Amino acid sequence: MTGLLAIFIAIMRRDLRVAMRQRSDLLNPILFLLVVITLFPLGVGPGPDVLSRIAPGVIWVSAILSALLGLERIFRDDFRDGALEQMLLLPVAVEWSVLAKITVHWLLTALPLLVLAPLFALLLNLTPSAWGTLWVTLLLGTPVISCVGAIGVALTVSLNKGGALLSLLLLPLLIPLLIFATAAVEASATGLSPAGPLALMAAIMVLTVVLSPYAVHAALRVSVN
Amino acid sequence: MAQTPKGLLSAQNVASVRGERTLFSALNLQVNSGEIWQIQGPNGAGKSSLLRILAGLLPPQSGSVCFQGEAIEHNRSAYHQELLFLGHKAGVKPELTAIENLDFFASVQGHVQGRGLQEPPYELLANVGLVGLEDIPAQRLSAGQQRRIALARLWLSNAKLWILDEPFTSLDVHGIELLHERFQWQVARGGAIVMTSHQALNHLPIALQTLVLEYQH
Repeated sequence: MTGLLAIFIAIMRRDLRVAMRQRSDLLNPILFLLVVITLFPLGVGPGPDVLSRIAPGVIWVSAILSALLGLERIFRDDFRDGALEQMLLLPVAVEWSVLAKITVHWLLTALPLLVLAPLFALLLNLTPSAWGTLWVTLLLGTPVISCVGAIGVALTVSLNKGGALLSLLLLPLLIPLLIFATAAVEASATGLSPAGPLALMAAIMVLTVVLSPYAVHAALRVSVN
Repeated sequence: MAQTPKGLLSAQNVASVRGERTLFSALNLQVNSGEIWQIQGPNGAGKSSLLRILAGLLPPQSGSVCFQGEAIEHNRSAYHQELLFLGHKAGVKPELTAIENLDFFASVQGHVQGRGLQEPPYELLANVGLVGLEDIPAQRLSAGQQRRIALARLWLSNAKLWILDEPFTSLDVHGIELLHERFQWQVARGGAIVMTSHQALNHLPIALQTLVLEYQH
């Protein structure tokens, strides 16, 4: 269907343009991540054993927290200027428009993280055999953060002080991700196969990418009323 | 219900409740092609709610809304293909310029959809009086100029039905005249307009249908 694809691309193009006009908002989460990861060795001491043991957990916890920082941007500005309302009136299934917005959010937040991941691994002295696994867990896990996050933002966008509620709502949902990701990285660091937790993460990712647009649509219909 | 051949949009027995208060109930409305409807009423009477119900943004408490004889919730995409809705907040991105905003609207709406703007639409910008301002982010323009960006969509639209909430807000006299001309164009080609406005629309040479909502206590 050409109309569907055209609208998908138009939404992505517009959102990327808007994001490029607000670069400081984009840099904030990634700077936060960088600062947290450079502070950890100073705080817990630079002993290489300690660092490489806590590295997977530190990287993943700070990745999740930094994702929460900029999450509201998915729908907040659109809600304020009426673009959200117009999105519900586009002549395609709303789920496609939602997926376009989630894709843009993922490109803007997860791509820098994926690029910088080797640097984080180096800074925290992660065992080299686990670098690849860390990268794969981030690749599989970040779409889940964007999708689940979009549901939370859609639910809280019409509330004035939605920020605190959003974190409370989302953090428990992201705990399975944290557990499987750190389990996979630790397994490869100790020479075991990370296949089990990685397969579970892939399953979670497929499930959330397919189902979250429906949940977001339902939540948005309530929020714009 | 028997449908007249010209019938475009009809609302049957529609009621709206906000919070504890019933805004209106048992409301019937039939919009035919070539008609302009003005919804009148004091603040808080439910004019915007009615428009949002007609656009399918807000489900009515009871009753149904049909477009060309078919309930709108059953045929959402087809209805929205033929609908242009401009609310209080019109969806103009403040970070983007007039051209970028219009390019987005052109690529997503109506029958020109998918093509976007092939070249900067100077004719359109001239029509709505935005020439020379096309490269400035919308947030740095005045309220009336931002409104003009939103209203420029009326010049891009082939939609049969326009639902406009207070289209004249922050427009100057010249802007209002332009809008009147565009309304005539829409009606002459067999489209229809439903809008709210506190202004008396005396200048329109077309017969105006009015619906008055009373404030319910």
